[in-house]
Amino acid sequence: MIGSRFITVLILGGLMSSQVLVASGEPVRHSDDRQILERLTFNATDPVAREIRALRSHLAKNSGHLESAVHLATRYIELSRSEGDPRFLGQAQAVLAPWWQEPTPPPAALLLRATIKQNAHEFDSALADLDGVLGGQPTNAQAWLTKASILNVQARYDEARRACQALARLTARHVFLACLADIAGVTGEAAKSQVVLRELLAHPGVSDSERIWISTMLAEIAARTGDAQIANRSFSEALKTRLKNQYLLGAYADFLLDQGRDEDVVHLLQHETRADGLLLRLAIAEQALKRPSFQNHVATLTARFAASRDRGTNVHVREEARFTLALLRNPQQALLLAQENWKVQREPADARILLESALAAGNHATAQPALDWLSMNHVEDLHLQKLATLIQKDTR
Amino acid sequence: MRRFILAIMIILLSQSAWAHKPSDSYLSLAVNKERISGQWDIALRDLNDAIGLDIDDDGSISWGEVRAKQAAIASYALPRLKLQSSEAICSSVVTDQLVDHHTDGAYAVLQFIATCPTEIHHLTVDYRLLFDLDAQHKGLLRLSEETRTQTAIFSQESPAHSFAMGEGSVWQEVRLYLREGVWHIWLGFDHLLFLVTLLLPAVLIRQGGQWKAVPDFAIALREVVSIVTAFTVAHSLTLSLAIFGLVWLPSRLVESAIAGSVVLAGIANLYPRITQRRWLMAFGFGLIHGFGFAAVLSDLGLPTDSLLLSLMSFNIGVEIGQLVIVVGLLPLAYALRDSRSYQTLVLRAGSIAIILVALVWLAERVLEISLFSVRSFV
Repeated sequence: MIGSRFITVLILGGLMSSQVLVASGEPVRHSDDRQILERLTFNATDPVAREIRALRSHLAKNSGHLESAVHLATRYIELSRSEGDPRFLGQAQAVLAPWWQEPTPPPAALLLRATIKQNAHEFDSALADLDGVLGGQPTNAQAWLTKASILNVQARYDEARRACQALARLTARHVFLACLADIAGVTGEAAKSQVVLRELLAHPGVSDSERIWISTMLAEIAARTGDAQIANRSFSEALKTRLKNQYLLGAYADFLLDQGRDEDVVHLLQHETRADGLLLRLAIAEQALKRPSFQNHVATLTARFAASRDRGTNVHVREEARFTLALLRNPQQALLLAQENWKVQREPADARILLESALAAGNHATAQPALDWLSMNHVEDLHLQKLATLIQKDTR
Repeated sequence: MRRFILAIMIILLSQSAWAHKPSDSYLSLAVNKERISGQWDIALRDLNDAIGLDIDDDGSISWGEVRAKQAAIASYALPRLKLQSSEAICSSVVTDQLVDHHTDGAYAVLQFIATCPTEIHHLTVDYRLLFDLDAQHKGLLRLSEETRTQTAIFSQESPAHSFAMGEGSVWQEVRLYLREGVWHIWLGFDHLLFLVTLLLPAVLIRQGGQWKAVPDFAIALREVVSIVTAFTVAHSLTLSLAIFGLVWLPSRLVESAIAGSVVLAGIANLYPRITQRRWLMAFGFGLIHGFGFAAVLSDLGLPTDSLLLSLMSFNIGVEIGQLVIVVGLLPLAYALRDSRSYQTLVLRAGSIAIILVALVWLAERVLEISLFSVRSFV
């Protein structure tokens, strides 16, 4: 994997030599002290900011105290999810620094290390850490759940199912069943999975964040099988919780884009320009509507993807492939990215960008891995099946 | 503890949080003789986390707040950037502070001048900003001189990089890495000892289960050349694979295996029946030693724009260092080969001593402890 990444870097380096290392404009000196330069995620009186400050000072007084560090790092990881800001992941990692390089950190630190690696798409390394946790604590529900979700992304469904099954006695019934339904929803049991998920939502013991998770899952399965009404209703139910969740916003925007509801996408995302994934969906909608802000947003995304390459990380390859195909309209390069992405992630969205790029680039043979994945796992997804038919018809 | 662990459960499940950009700073250095003019763009959000910029606690940062904190920003940032010309430290002074916008928001722009004692031929940049607060922070360097521009990325894992400067700087870079290669084989006792151990019996030959002195120099030379060549080919191979990121082994494993290879080479001298073809041993273990060289080379901080050149220079340096040893050792061993003491004292007792030393290394490296304060320089 390291090797292929290196080759991709070479290819990309050749295709686009970026100049983002230079300062973007001319540095300036403002004349007005009241000129606002930056808005922070929280102001100092925000309860979250207060909580983080308290945790930080507690840790400062008890440096090397595992439980305090784990508590703070956990809060940072949660914030990275709700705010979509990777800085919080780096901060979580810094808090765990005393244990980060150890071959066998304590299980609580190891679990968080796995989570941070998962976010950096270092899936194999994250799995190794999780197995380390489970070696010492075979009843650690969180470790089993995280393991299941990584294996699911890697399309290792049998192993993922086994990880979910380990949860049967370790956690609430709805978490256990949702874990299994998530896999079943991709692997040919969409109808059954929807029934289970709907039942779980009726359960009173489901927390708000669990409701978002289960409703979003249900909505995505319904969207894939072409049941727009149920998808719409489930997305609305997830949004009703009013908890901020970047993944939900992205999934809902994708659904709206497929429905041709571009105006609704603009309305949903017009203030979410900081997160690349959401800005991408906003720009796709603006392109369809021929909005003037479109040019600006494409330029921003171009600069951001280039900046990400300059720092030597490549986490958002799926988004970059989609950006390259839908907005830059460069199918050849989109295909390279989609293929690179497929080596790491194998969810329906990853298959879709690979099939779309292969079709647009007229290079149908490159779609084969995704076609094999589709048929081997009996994936139910109308868009993917339509794309597969187009590719196979042309090939014949 | 269990409470908040369960609380994150669901959040972990939703995959792929995309994101704004992670934390980066942009550092440009322009080198002119003994002076460096620098510009350092650091995100206001990062500075706010480090030293607090939001004086009125309203959740936004104004130009007035940045201006009020200029001294604090300078005294926070500058000590975290060490510039060294050859071995001497260059002292930096801030000349101006401005602001600029990058794709992910506003940045404080620190302009400064660093002055080094002498003209800069070899610059080391040691960067320690923010890693303690954000372990994924990176510093993106653009280093320019009259004729060319080099780039580098600082991270917690590689916070220091070295650069060769000036005209003919390619040659200087070659020299730098050549020298490092030579020194590494000389100071890295374990590589040296492995090679010497394999070479000790080269002036002898096995006949009827007995060591005999080789009849002429050509036979000894042929043996030496085959061993050195096999070792060189093998370690060059793995060194290149590791530097290009194609293969990677954990350093504890590599260092332990290197110590183990010295032990085995010593044992093979005591029990020559184990292997008649010492070049095969040199090749097999040379593969491991290559990973050891790679670790040293990456610690030096490789220039990204001339990776191949520095790799080759380092490797040639290693070979030169190796050859010097062989040229010094071989005639001596050849001259002594007939004496009884060469076999008992040098070959037997020498090999036993080598085995003992290497066993200590092995134990230290496997167990990650220090048995004796004097350690190998690796």
